Amino acid sequence: MSELAIDREIDRSKMKVSDEVAIEIINMNKWYGTFHVLRDINLTVNRGERIVIAGPSGSGKSTLIRCINRLEEHQAGRIIVDGTELSSDLKNIDKIRSEVGMCFQHFNLFPHLTILENCTLAPIWVRKTPKKEAVETAMHFLAKVKIPEQANKYPGQLSGGQQQRVAIARSLCMRPRIMLFDEPTSALDPEMIKEVLDTMIELAEEGMTMLCVTHEMGFARQVANRVIFMDQGQIVEQNEPEEFFNNPKSDRTKLFLSQILGH
Amino acid sequence: MSNTHADTVAFVRDTMLPQQEPPPSSVGAVGWARANLFSGWFNTILTFVSILVIGFVLYEILSWVFSPTWNAGSLRECREILSAGGEATRGACWGVIRERWIQLLFGFYPADLYWRPILAFILLGVALAPVLFADKVPSQLIWFSAIYPFLFPWLLWGGTIWGPLSALAGFVIGYFVFKALSEVTSTLIGIIAAVVAALLWWLVLSGYVVDALNSILPIGIQAVESRNFGGFMLSITIGVVAIACSLPLGIVLALGRQSDLMIVKYICVGFIEFVRGVPLITLLFVASVLLNLFLPPGTTFDIILRVLIMVTLFASAYMAEVIRGGLAALPKGQYEGADSLGLNYWQAQRLVIMPQALKISIPGIVSTFIGVFKDTTLVSIIGLLDPLGLSNAIRADSNWNGVVWELYGFIAAMFFIFCFSMSRYSMYLERKLRTGHR
Repeated sequence: MSELAIDREIDRSKMKVSDEVAIEIINMNKWYGTFHVLRDINLTVNRGERIVIAGPSGSGKSTLIRCINRLEEHQAGRIIVDGTELSSDLKNIDKIRSEVGMCFQHFNLFPHLTILENCTLAPIWVRKTPKKEAVETAMHFLAKVKIPEQANKYPGQLSGGQQQRVAIARSLCMRPRIMLFDEPTSALDPEMIKEVLDTMIELAEEGMTMLCVTHEMGFARQVANRVIFMDQGQIVEQNEPEEFFNNPKSDRTKLFLSQILGH
Repeated sequence: MSNTHADTVAFVRDTMLPQQEPPPSSVGAVGWARANLFSGWFNTILTFVSILVIGFVLYEILSWVFSPTWNAGSLRECREILSAGGEATRGACWGVIRERWIQLLFGFYPADLYWRPILAFILLGVALAPVLFADKVPSQLIWFSAIYPFLFPWLLWGGTIWGPLSALAGFVIGYFVFKALSEVTSTLIGIIAAVVAALLWWLVLSGYVVDALNSILPIGIQAVESRNFGGFMLSITIGVVAIACSLPLGIVLALGRQSDLMIVKYICVGFIEFVRGVPLITLLFVASVLLNLFLPPGTTFDIILRVLIMVTLFASAYMAEVIRGGLAALPKGQYEGADSLGLNYWQAQRLVIMPQALKISIPGIVSTFIGVFKDTTLVSIIGLLDPLGLSNAIRADSNWNGVVWELYGFIAAMFFIFCFSMSRYSMYLERKLRTGHR
């Protein structure tokens, strides 16, 4: 789709990919009933990587990142996040979920709580942070996403872009080491997409490990260090963004890119 | 031709229009009357006809209500007073209410102990305040609300203080068992063990402990037997207990019905469907007659307690379905949002899911409450003297034989006050909890 209008230089000084493995997915398979959604996924994500996952709808890209924090259960293969393997052990799942932040297409803020309470809920109950400290952290991250003045409003009173930035701040309050983004800008007006992407770029500049399912190819080109293209539940092609966009190898990728960038 | 077209298409506004006042005939009292009462000749006629009909009905009712029979000692006296006034026999006979209102409120509760139910219901208001108006009263008051369920039966039934204290001890034991076990094993095992420990205490141990303590230190107030209970005191007791217990039970049943654990799920489904599929009267008959057949001979299991259990179970089955409706209305994203932050099942339910599901279900929950409160009149069928049961007893008195409207009117008015306040409160709560757009 649209190219990203970035009005400033992206600071790449801290965008370093280390050798340390953050996520390892080995021969992972998933079925919905009898439908084979994810087929033999193998993926290693190092700390500091910014990965964009692209592909047509129904290709399994959302399902893939939702498997990483067990919002979806995989039936075969292994997923190891930060050295902890995802199994049916509830303690492991809750531990991984508290280390991995996630942002959704429809924000999924809690409408009965204020912005501040949304941000302090998990630190207070999961991390057992004292309330005062949790509020300070929340205000810090709300300032970072540039909406500290909305702290005492309810999500229903904010615009879509503001809500998505709150959702990002809410995840950051848990001090995650990995962030997952599931189409964070797909439900937003064009004017609001930019403010959310700016926030995501700032995160990338600080060296956060990020996996983004998105149709924002401009973001992929300028921020990602790796683009993964999926179709029919499989990883079809992955490459550095420059190579991926300028010199796609598979026919399926070429077709997808011509349709998405063609107009 | 093309010239004019070009002129109309190209347009640039250089000044923005300021906001203007609406025309005076569309706002204020005049605007309201015009829009709602006189918006056309047909509606104007309808308005006048309606006013005439309402006036006539009100005149008839009020001339019946305002009748000078307050001091009459029997129905015959009422008729004499009314015919002396010239107005044939029309008019209410309020003497019956003056003579019997105390009985309609307290049944056959000993008159010198009336202060106990009165105190109990005043304290009920105090205990409810932190629950109903959390933002307007000091939050420490919630401790009183926690103790109140044990204070309430003691004030009404009297007897030794050790009974309610031992009931309280059961909860304390359960809490500590849960605390100790949920740390080392899972929450579910902790809950099950806590329930088993508490039941063990209540059903087996507490009887001996209470007897022992009572023989060492007999502290207590005069006991009142259940057969002396009656009137609105009985209705409110049954209603309040059933309402207060059915909400948490209903939540548990609704969650159980959605559980992934198959046995838990089918137990809950089976319970809900069975209890909803049976009339309340059947359950009350089971409570009054059949239950005794199954208990070991010599066991005394208080009739009001049995009724309380049955009405609570009945209400909780309905409550579970109302709450399930609220749960179903929540978008899946709320569960995922809570999960993705690392909240565990109970935290997610308590902090994210239930507050929203209950808020959505408020109208349904309050309807169920109102229904339960009115259903307490059914206990008259198994011989408990609720207001309706008492009204039959009062009419059996030769002085008042034939009085119908006054008694039922009084009872209806009392029920209406309670039910209407509940309904108003629920609307207040809905307004207070609305956080969407303000």
